[in-house]
Amino acid sequence: MTANGILQIALFFVVLVALTRPIGAYMAKVFAGERTWMHRLLRPLEAGVYKVCGIEEAGEQHWTGYAGALLLFSAVSMLLTYLLLRVQQWLPLNPQGLGNVGEHLSFNTAASFTTNTNWQSYTPETTMSYLSQMIGLATHNFWSGAAGICVAIAVVRGFARHSAKTLGSFWVDFTRCTVYILLPLAVVGALLLVSQGAIQNFQSYTNAATVEGATQTIPQGPLASQEAIKMIGTNGGGFTNANSAHPYENPTPFSNFLQMLYIFIIPAGLTYTFGKMVKDTRQGWAIFAAMSVLFFAGVFVTYHFEQAGNPNLAKLGIANAATAGQSGGNMEGKEVRYGIANSALFTVITTDASCGAVNNVHDSLTPLAGLVPLINIELGEVVFGGVGSGLYGMLLFAVLAVFIAGLMVGRTPEYLGKKIEQKEVKMMMLAVLVLAFTILGFAGAGANLGTVGSSLTNHGPHGFSEVLYAYSSATGNNGSAFAGINANTPYLDTTMGLAMLFGRFLMLIPLLAAAGSLAQKKLVPVSAGTFPTHGPLFVVLLVGVVVIVGALTFFPALSLGPVVEHFLMHAGRLWS
Amino acid sequence: MATTMTPPAADPVTLMPKKGARARPLFDPPIVKRALADSFLKLNPRTMMKNPVMFVVEVGAAITTLLAGKEMAGGAGVAGFTFQITLWLWFTVLFANFAEAMAEGRGKAQADTLRKTKTETTARRLLNGTKSETVAATQLRAGDLVLVEQGETIPGDGDVIEGIASVDESAITGESAPVIRESGGDRSAVTGGTKVLSDWIKVKITSNPGETFLDRMIALVEGAQRQKTPNEIALNIVIAGLTLVFLLAVVTLHPFAVYSVATSGSGTVPTVTVLISLLVCLIPTTIGGLLSAIGIAGMDRVMQHNVLAMSGKAVEAAGDVNTLLLDKTGTITLGNRQAVEFIPVGGMAEAELADAAQLSSLADETPEGRSIVVLAKQQYNIRGREVAEHEAHFIPFTAQTRMSGVDLDGRRIRKGATESVVEFVHEHGGTVPTELMDVTERISRSGGTPLVVADRDRVLGVVHLKDVVKGGMRERFAQLRAMGIRTVMITGDNPLTAAAIAGEAGTDDFLAQATPKDKMDLIKKEQAGGRLVAMTGDGTNDAPALAQADVGLAMNTGTMAAKEAGNMVDLDSNPTKLIEVVAIGKQLLMTRGALTTFSIANDIAKYFAILPAMFMATYPVMNKLNIMGLHSPQSAVLAAVIFNALIIIVLIPLALRGVKYKPMSAAALLRRNLLVYGVGGVLAPFPGIWIIDRLLGILHLA
Amino acid sequence: MKQLLIAIKVTVVMIILTGVAYPLLVTGLARVFFRNQAEGSLIRANGKIVGSELIGQRFTRPEYFHGRPSAAGKDGYDGLASGGSNLGPTNQALIDRVQADVKKFREENPAYTGPIPADLVTASGSGLDPHISPASAEAQVARVAAARGVSLEAIRQFVAAQTEGRQFGILGEPRVNVLKLNLALDQAAPIKK
Repeated sequence: MTANGILQIALFFVVLVALTRPIGAYMAKVFAGERTWMHRLLRPLEAGVYKVCGIEEAGEQHWTGYAGALLLFSAVSMLLTYLLLRVQQWLPLNPQGLGNVGEHLSFNTAASFTTNTNWQSYTPETTMSYLSQMIGLATHNFWSGAAGICVAIAVVRGFARHSAKTLGSFWVDFTRCTVYILLPLAVVGALLLVSQGAIQNFQSYTNAATVEGATQTIPQGPLASQEAIKMIGTNGGGFTNANSAHPYENPTPFSNFLQMLYIFIIPAGLTYTFGKMVKDTRQGWAIFAAMSVLFFAGVFVTYHFEQAGNPNLAKLGIANAATAGQSGGNMEGKEVRYGIANSALFTVITTDASCGAVNNVHDSLTPLAGLVPLINIELGEVVFGGVGSGLYGMLLFAVLAVFIAGLMVGRTPEYLGKKIEQKEVKMMMLAVLVLAFTILGFAGAGANLGTVGSSLTNHGPHGFSEVLYAYSSATGNNGSAFAGINANTPYLDTTMGLAMLFGRFLMLIPLLAAAGSLAQKKLVPVSAGTFPTHGPLFVVLLVGVVVIVGALTFFPALSLGPVVEHFLMHAGRLWS
Repeated sequence: MATTMTPPAADPVTLMPKKGARARPLFDPPIVKRALADSFLKLNPRTMMKNPVMFVVEVGAAITTLLAGKEMAGGAGVAGFTFQITLWLWFTVLFANFAEAMAEGRGKAQADTLRKTKTETTARRLLNGTKSETVAATQLRAGDLVLVEQGETIPGDGDVIEGIASVDESAITGESAPVIRESGGDRSAVTGGTKVLSDWIKVKITSNPGETFLDRMIALVEGAQRQKTPNEIALNIVIAGLTLVFLLAVVTLHPFAVYSVATSGSGTVPTVTVLISLLVCLIPTTIGGLLSAIGIAGMDRVMQHNVLAMSGKAVEAAGDVNTLLLDKTGTITLGNRQAVEFIPVGGMAEAELADAAQLSSLADETPEGRSIVVLAKQQYNIRGREVAEHEAHFIPFTAQTRMSGVDLDGRRIRKGATESVVEFVHEHGGTVPTELMDVTERISRSGGTPLVVADRDRVLGVVHLKDVVKGGMRERFAQLRAMGIRTVMITGDNPLTAAAIAGEAGTDDFLAQATPKDKMDLIKKEQAGGRLVAMTGDGTNDAPALAQADVGLAMNTGTMAAKEAGNMVDLDSNPTKLIEVVAIGKQLLMTRGALTTFSIANDIAKYFAILPAMFMATYPVMNKLNIMGLHSPQSAVLAAVIFNALIIIVLIPLALRGVKYKPMSAAALLRRNLLVYGVGGVLAPFPGIWIIDRLLGILHLA
Repeated sequence: MKQLLIAIKVTVVMIILTGVAYPLLVTGLARVFFRNQAEGSLIRANGKIVGSELIGQRFTRPEYFHGRPSAAGKDGYDGLASGGSNLGPTNQALIDRVQADVKKFREENPAYTGPIPADLVTASGSGLDPHISPASAEAQVARVAAARGVSLEAIRQFVAAQTEGRQFGILGEPRVNVLKLNLALDQAAPIKK
């Protein structure tokens, strides 16, 4: 690790902390329906949406109504994308004349973008028309992000409200989120990226005559607009195959810095929004702190092992140590402009969150550095996490932590003044089970099937990691990959599409159910006998529960993948 | 740190009083014997199914039994690996059953003792007032009248409608000192199975056969109708959920292993026995095996304090209590006022006042009178005098005169309420010093009662009678406050006096001039604010409030109505015990939390024992994870399984006794318990498994 | 049913808002403020597009600085097949490929004897990485100087001129844009073909 590398990581964190409060406070106002400085500009738009769609602004929904509306909207928009991909050949804005997309891939892609996963089993430049990118895919970047945020807000309302039957209106929350939060951030974010060199046009691909006389086809398109929302909505589905490693998506170190901020800004801000909504910002900062601990742990493990590099390459006379003129370390799959520090940082951020955009090739990470993104996803992406999903996931763990250890203070466990009882516990455990079942179940089935084996680029424990990563990524709605796996086979397209849908919706429903039940409860007043959930002790406990529950579930699988690969790499064992 | 002021039941340091007469040693031999037998009976799968975690272990044990049988048929010996694993898996189940049986056994032993008192009693049923007939006690119905005389056993629960008797209630309370039962008032309730020691009473039976207090008590201590408490159910969901997660992790390990063996080209896929071993080690067997024992033992602990809890839910609720309503008299104060100070007025000497006050109280047998004599002796060394040699004439207190006193040697000494004594002095032509009113006012305001002393026309001064707060109460309330529990003193006194006593005792709040309705309103108000309320009560008019409160502790001396309304009965009738009950409730929840945390934290070490063992042949580099240096794969797996079984036995005393509880803030408690059971739970298995591994090596078992 | 109707309406309205209005707005603003970037930062020479300063090209001749190995397409630097090698650290193919590249590099640059900078023999994530590290440029200076028949110092000056430091002095890593460096060399000291 270099001093400059650590400095860059520290700078990123400082900026993030500084932005958390203003963004969080703004979002709290938006969801409370209060007036913000953006209202002058955007209120007519918001009101217009209500009017056209027949949404009642003051309407409130029971948790079932809220969940129902969310599912309905997701179903309609997923179907639309599926149909669009199936017929794109006959639709406009297709200057490259790309053909229709096959049924398995269309299902996989529609599921992927609807669930905020943005796993891409295809090469976008040669598969998706501009129309498909804009209307079929980029739109979902807004919608799936907004839907996630809505669920988080509804869950927080479960804690914040008392003796209440409703959790708010999905349609209103969704509209506000899109109009006041995602759109303004995306417009500004996209322009900043263009200023760094991200492309934004509707021209057909450029044919360049290279210096050495060959022809190079350079892709074009409305990239920056999709790029910004891909990060801000923690979606991760790239306009290009190389995703955020592509120089058009992520041209400079500054654009890279921005992209990392885009990923974390809403999830981090939501911790403050949460504190605001439950009327105790310390609670929000405690969650923020727990996330930060896990974040730094991940960053420094990844950074350390990437900088240490691959001993098998060092043997060939390659400089593994950083010098003034080069960054050293494991540069396979990385871009020179980011170097090791920014690649490691990006890897951790994109998997802490459910973003899944990559600025380097995760499949080529050294084993233990690759373990970090894998484990980040398997923990449920709760380190800041996906927009909304990170917060509600972490609240799930907070409730679990309070339940297990809270008994140790001799009271029925309570969190934020709400007693945690049978119903909540049942729903929370259901969510934990869904995560574990989907990842391990599909990976277990996949590891045994010949069809998956032939999809692998790498063999040995690394091949196993690829399968595990694929299903973890799908279930966790991450979308990043140990991309050596060729996932565009009917079997993988279908099972992974299902994993994405399970991982998203089967998690959401029990959480909303728990929130509905919490909202009905009375508020227990705070006393000296109350389990304190805002101090360092709670932060340590929360981190411990996240790590232990996650580690216990996935340790056997991980030990057969990255862990053993690490030892084998140092023993010089290779697989062909 | 015990102070001399400490009353017997209260230990200001631990909150936990000395156990009552029902205390038994933890491993009472007859109980152990019965529990051992029960452990096997509980192997019935239908019983086991109620405990999902241990049921999984039993199924695992059954499978390995078949495998071991197959192996032994193939020639493997008793020292075979599968056989040993099988043995220890069964032990794991048996140990858990033993823990539960031990907890139940204590209650059963209690119930047996109670049943003995239920042996055939006969009753004399009164017919038309004069005639009577002898019937079996079991034939009595509610509404029957029975006569019980000296030496007879009271045939059923009821209210005394005539007579007064001293009753031996030791069968119920374990307390051998007899109590007085009389008609009318709050001491009229009698319990079937208790014995009249002297005199006679007429009792109106209030319960039908099978529904008597004794019947209910037997059922309760036996745990026959034990239902899982809400908290216990929630915890069960969590550990069942974790069991499923681990089941999945282990089941999917098989295909993962198949892939790994194929890609590595060496080693074998772990056997079913090894996978089952891993599963059993991972699922939370420690808490799963001890969970019901903890609940039963919690009820039993309440019983050992001579409190009968009607449900486990009540005990659990006690741990959650936010507000304690405590009656002043008998709970916070000793119940009698005591002289604490002689205050002379009008330039009188203090010694003269003390002398007169003592003289006037020599024949006064009330606690107040005696306390004056005692104070005079302590402060002025004025001894008791033989007043018979003087021509003494004592004037007793009456409600009309509101004075008492003595006429002797021509003196007319009076002590009593201010107005009465002032009038007495005026009658004798005396005048009252102006400062008298100041003094009496001041005493009243401080919560005391002024007793003015005069001799004919001279006012001598004032005796300060004070409500004496029980020793150690202030500390206890401070501890309760630290635990986040608010105490409210309930009193019939006026607000001025109430405020003074509440201030002295250190309660957080008080309710003065409280009527039963006020009490009820207070409870409802607290509950509306999300708080749980505990209270004690004995009178019939307490019944609605007892029923409304989340924890209602009725006094055994109280009326049947009160006992029916509350969800606990204190057989010692000591209202202070509410505090102990709260502590027990907390201890119960804490023990569950501690063992859950410990159980889950344990898993980390087990992974490090078993995983390298499983894949050492496939990937020899896996040995780097064998950080304990266990000497062979088989011994590693066996050591983990053995540790997992033994830890249940080791923790049985903790489960039965409960984790040590000191009153402190939730934050401090959490820090402490997290360190002991969380960090301790992570670390403890490492040396444990290592030692077992060595022993297995030495004994050539693996 | 009412909810379904709302769902459909919201989908349509949101397509217009986020799928049409948003990208058009961004495109319009980008065209006004950052036209060059928005159109791909293309480099023209003699009126012909020779590439983009952001997109790496394949260089094989000795007189040009070479970029990094590329896994984009069959021959590398295929603009339509961006991506990395996806080879894991214990993959024999990775070690073989690097070994071959090391061998080739040593043959092409006999004057350079130091350790080979990691970026020069590893494939980038995009396959289109336009940069190499300053150390990787330095490792090729002798070869390029010899091929162009100019002094080492002169080449080093070109390299230094095309070396970008960390952005704002802190972000990223120092790097050299291979295409721009080679174009600058060609412009100043054209090779006669």
